[in-house]
Amino acid sequence: MPKSSLKQTLQDLDTKKISIRELNQDYLKRIKENENLNVFIYFSEDNVLKQIDNLENDNSAKKLKGIPIAIKDLFCTKSMPTTAASKILENFNPTYESFVTQKLLDEGSIFVGKTNLDEFAMGSATNTSFFGNTINPLSKENEPLAPGGSSGGSAAAVAADLCLGATGTDTGGSIRQPASFCGVVGIKPTYGLCSRWGIAAFASSLDQAGIFSHNVEDASILLQSIAGFDQRDSTSAKVDIPNYFENLDDNLNGKTVGIPKEYSIDGTPMEISQIWEDAIKVLEKKGVKIKNISLPHTKYALPTYYIIAPAEASSNLARYDGVKYGFRSDEIDSLDEMYENTRAQGFGREVKRRILIGTYVLSAGYYDAYYLKAQKVRKLIADDFNKAFKECDFIVTPTAPSAAFPLNEKQNDPIKMYLNDVFTVPASLAGLPGISIPFGKDKNNLPLGIQILGKHFDEQQVFNAAVSLERSYE
Amino acid sequence: MKIDKNTINKIARLSRIKLDDKESEDYINDLNSILNWVEQLNEVNTENVEPLSIISSSILPKREDVSKDTNSSEEILENAPDKLEGFFAVPKVVE
Repeated sequence: MPKSSLKQTLQDLDTKKISIRELNQDYLKRIKENENLNVFIYFSEDNVLKQIDNLENDNSAKKLKGIPIAIKDLFCTKSMPTTAASKILENFNPTYESFVTQKLLDEGSIFVGKTNLDEFAMGSATNTSFFGNTINPLSKENEPLAPGGSSGGSAAAVAADLCLGATGTDTGGSIRQPASFCGVVGIKPTYGLCSRWGIAAFASSLDQAGIFSHNVEDASILLQSIAGFDQRDSTSAKVDIPNYFENLDDNLNGKTVGIPKEYSIDGTPMEISQIWEDAIKVLEKKGVKIKNISLPHTKYALPTYYIIAPAEASSNLARYDGVKYGFRSDEIDSLDEMYENTRAQGFGREVKRRILIGTYVLSAGYYDAYYLKAQKVRKLIADDFNKAFKECDFIVTPTAPSAAFPLNEKQNDPIKMYLNDVFTVPASLAGLPGISIPFGKDKNNLPLGIQILGKHFDEQQVFNAAVSLERSYE
Repeated sequence: MKIDKNTINKIARLSRIKLDDKESEDYINDLNSILNWVEQLNEVNTENVEPLSIISSSILPKREDVSKDTNSSEEILENAPDKLEGFFAVPKVVE
């Protein structure tokens, strides 16, 4: 039974088939029934009821009026605390609203709560959160599965039908991989499409906000709502935002899809190669030309990412010093000790690991060998895509090298955990838009995702290919 | 081994993160294995390649360089763990 879509719900609200209150009470009920999944870091029924009251007294027409949306707890919100899933921000109440959440509020949406994530978005399983694991709603009893990460709470919130859409952020795959694990749609747009203002920074040259939803149409509606230029983010792009939804076109006749041979990697389960082939066959039937392409530097994307992202993180996370906001240690005999103890006690293990790595690769004597080298390889990776897109309109690959894995698996081996992002990281380094849509299941009936990548700011092509594949699969 | 006890202490100090002995040891292992892994980048010939730092393909407009008085010191201090007369308060620095 397909979950109710955002598009359908907007119609039902419009024709008064359902009221904003009835709709949201339905969602509140499900949220309370699913507390065991640990999807939310912050949830307050009173807060939601207050938002409903306010909207009922508001007569203006708004595009997303009354629509329940879940917000990744990396976005600063005035009406709810913001933790980044870290102890160091345990009691942080932002005095300002992030660009993306402000846009959603302006459209009249209701925030049902703040969703769990890996601490500061550093992880692939939502298991580095200070507030505990999120459980994948598709888990069987006594076999809890990871929802993916870092936006695992948002992906799980959509999968468990606790909202009609959710925000996420994607630095190396943090929207697409959990979307794949939870069987929902997740889009990371082009770097610069959505302002980073008010999002706790992880790796600023990679961080990008995006959307989780039940289907591609809903994602196209929501992405349009959160995109746009913002002066407060110096990398925000001044581009026209099309009406993705109105322009959706599943006719791909005459288009060319690129299939990168480097994405066939050893150890990928057969089922994943199979859904990839299935997707290609579907496209071929639709009149799409299949073009084998090469992205020769693909294998270097992960090590490049694991230099650049920690380097930028070590710099961004310097602000958490126990002075301006958040947690401060009690052991504060001197200023230096205050810093060192606050950060030792406030950050979790993975975050500290990345700060240390980042500090090392940026430190005097090592900068050229690591950071500069990685930036040069990043250029080669971006060039690979530029060349490939001269020959094709979009690229299709699997989203992740596995289906959802058991909670706590891979936890002790950082490199093994990093390999989760093998198919998503290259496009992040190149700043390209990418979507993951559910496309087939593995032998345990767990969803698998197909990733579609497009040219810079060509989200429309990405949505068109996605909706075409989605409609052929249903 | 690239990272030894001295190096990890130095990085931890630069990062302003206090580590106990057990943690130091764990991080020495983690960092060495990660650094060994990322060093595969040395296989790539990057001669004459420009480092990529700004990925955006759009023109990033500059804002005008004008000051704006937001008068928001109260808001800024609102989340401070310790404050005093309109300032952030920290442990004593000079004796």
